[in-house]
Amino acid sequence: MSEKSVDKPNNFEPFILAIFCNWCTYTGADQAGTSRMQRPANLRIMRVMCSGRVESRFIIEALKRGADGVLIGACHIGDCHYVNGNHKTVRRLPLIKEFVKQFGFNPKRVRLEHISASEGAELTEISKEFVKELKSLGKNPRSSNK
Amino acid sequence: MTESNPKTISKSKSPKEEDVRIGLYICNCGINIGGVLEMDDMIEFGKTLPNVTLCKKYKFYCSDNGQAEIAKDIKDGLINRVVVAACSPRMHEPTFRRVLKSNGLNPFYFAQANIREHATWVNMYDHEGAQRIAKDHIRMQVAKVRKLKALETIKVKVKPSTLIIGAGIAGMNSALDLADQGFKVYLIEREPTIGGHMAQLDKTFPTMDCSSCILTPKMVDVSRNPNIHIMAYSEVEKVDGYIGNFEVKIKHKAHYIDQLKCTACGACVDSCPVICANDFDLNMGPRKAIYIPFPQAVPGQYTIDIDHCIKCGNCASPSICEPGAIIYDEEDHYSTLKVGTIIVSTGFDQIDPTNLKNYGYGKYENVINGLEMERNLSSTGPNLGKPVCPSNGKPPHSVAWLQCVGSRDNREGYHPYCSRVCCMYAIKQARQYKEKHPEAECYIFYMDIRAFGKGYEEFYESSSHDFGIKYMRGRLAEIYENPDKTLLLRGEDTFLSQPIAINVDLVVLSTGVEARTDATNVATMLGIQQTSDGFFMEAHPKLRPLDSLTAGIFMAGVAQGPKDIPDTVSQAKGAASGAAILMAKGEVEVDPYYAVVYPNLCSGCRSCINLCPYSAITFDESHKVAYINPIMCHGCGTCVASCPSNAIEQNHFSGDQLMTIITDVLGGLY
Repeated sequence: MSEKSVDKPNNFEPFILAIFCNWCTYTGADQAGTSRMQRPANLRIMRVMCSGRVESRFIIEALKRGADGVLIGACHIGDCHYVNGNHKTVRRLPLIKEFVKQFGFNPKRVRLEHISASEGAELTEISKEFVKELKSLGKNPRSSNK
Repeated sequence: MTESNPKTISKSKSPKEEDVRIGLYICNCGINIGGVLEMDDMIEFGKTLPNVTLCKKYKFYCSDNGQAEIAKDIKDGLINRVVVAACSPRMHEPTFRRVLKSNGLNPFYFAQANIREHATWVNMYDHEGAQRIAKDHIRMQVAKVRKLKALETIKVKVKPSTLIIGAGIAGMNSALDLADQGFKVYLIEREPTIGGHMAQLDKTFPTMDCSSCILTPKMVDVSRNPNIHIMAYSEVEKVDGYIGNFEVKIKHKAHYIDQLKCTACGACVDSCPVICANDFDLNMGPRKAIYIPFPQAVPGQYTIDIDHCIKCGNCASPSICEPGAIIYDEEDHYSTLKVGTIIVSTGFDQIDPTNLKNYGYGKYENVINGLEMERNLSSTGPNLGKPVCPSNGKPPHSVAWLQCVGSRDNREGYHPYCSRVCCMYAIKQARQYKEKHPEAECYIFYMDIRAFGKGYEEFYESSSHDFGIKYMRGRLAEIYENPDKTLLLRGEDTFLSQPIAINVDLVVLSTGVEARTDATNVATMLGIQQTSDGFFMEAHPKLRPLDSLTAGIFMAGVAQGPKDIPDTVSQAKGAASGAAILMAKGEVEVDPYYAVVYPNLCSGCRSCINLCPYSAITFDESHKVAYINPIMCHGCGTCVASCPSNAIEQNHFSGDQLMTIITDVLGGLY
């Protein structure tokens, strides 16, 4: 079972659950704010100390409850505040995507991005691009219309 | 070792879910939030959230009055948990936790919704969007705070010793300040001598102090201080541990000379037949394969440049080296240190202008860079303080300085930032040259002169009024070499809007500074961050400019960003103070975000053990369950996410808490 391709109009605002690590991406998001970098209003940011904390059930649950996308923000490889927590996230991601598929969602709805504490601009770009992609994918079929 | 609930966990009971009474405080932050959001609508929304007993707004909750309002509600018994919707928790979480603590609530019954950096500031024109995000962020934190548990901070002892990486003027000043307060300092320097770039400079702007005259006494002070242990010609290999308890592995590079036996008599230098380029003089002058970098070097012992040494054995003969200090087969050795705090003062590299082909550096003999000019002006330099044209060895009749070489340049490989020192050193060098050769023409080609420091503007004014230095506004387009090796400069005088073509004998490229090429390795090793320009990143650009994001690690000098000597010294004092505060207190409170194993759920599969980067998880053989040492655990939560039995929880980031955030924000109630 998988998501049917939808040719819905793209005029919906995708709901993105953003799970950001405290040291890099969350701080980068703060930097984007401090620098007033404008981005579409779609990210709901949840802070964890390390991207290594991200469990597959967080993502499945979010998609089951209608999130259109999940963006995991981690440090760059080699920059992890906890030595190598982000390596483990990278290794876990294929498994997570496999689960996402089995639950019938398009795995493109889940993204892992490495965004450092000084890369507010990158975060802004990635958010815009992800929003665009989710709009082309259409609403999450489980969405109760956000 | 079975107690998987360490004593640090609070004995005070968490209120039962039905007892949860949340105070939700929405901050206007002046107009930062209030100017974008419909605050009345926000309040109405807040009141509808589960367990929210009261919902209020105020212009600045971080102010005394704002804090007092929260404190009063707590003391009146109206609420037992707090959510503040305001700026980033990285800013004011400690502030509000203190309010809870001083009013008898556990400080961890607090959550902060980031509706400024993550909502109103990134959606300044899309008010509807900002409102939507702000509501969801509040929903998420209210969800979290419902599930939070009382925690006690962990207290960690701070060893009274500091590792300072880099012994330039920043590292030396920090070292002296800390050592004079009685703390043990390990001062690591990768070159054979301490002193850094400042030792290469001739004079310092704007006072024209002789650089070595003010530097070398400091170097001697450092070497004489009983609390400072200089480790020259050494590099940090590895850093483990955490604030208060860092464990550092140091590589001591082989000098090929027994540093304890060497009396620095210098007889070996005369006996050495190898002449190679002197890197201290930027390869403009010669030195022997056995050397000290410069006469006042500290420590004063000699080093053999093994890449150039031919091992002829001259220096090793007993008639030359009486103490028998030469050891050709010496090997690098390693040592381990335990320190409480770390200061990073690794300095900078000079920008290499070779790829700026239009200036011909490296191709035209008479185009040199700023530091090369500095060595030329120095009486200990290759030309004994008399700058000459490299092509003919004669003093130039005309010299031009080109500003902003490699800085304020958006091209690939160069830097958009201002290096902050080049304007002033170019003016200083031009003035020095004018003092020696009043008849010479000195030009400075600039975009704008940034004379920002104390006495700098006056120095700049005087350079043209009293010394006749000519300022031409415009970035030069190209330099051509004439057949007689003089240089033709072409560009535009942007004041007159006229093309210019000037012949000069010598061109000095005022090259800027950049982060060390290996700054990334240092950052990775220490677990600190870099800004996009490669310099080390401060915890807050305004309020914590010398703290890294990793507790217990501070930074000083150009390693943090371009700056001049007075600013570097000020930072060094600041960084020393930051380290001293921790060490004088002797202990520090650490957030108790460690992970805990529930032994009744643990199946003993041990998959968590190898995942822990800190070896904090051990296997309790008698009970066949994993155990996490709360002091060694840094709280990343990787083991939590990977436990197949869900037997590990992370304090303050438990599965229950995070899942509630997700389900609540997506509209379902747990």
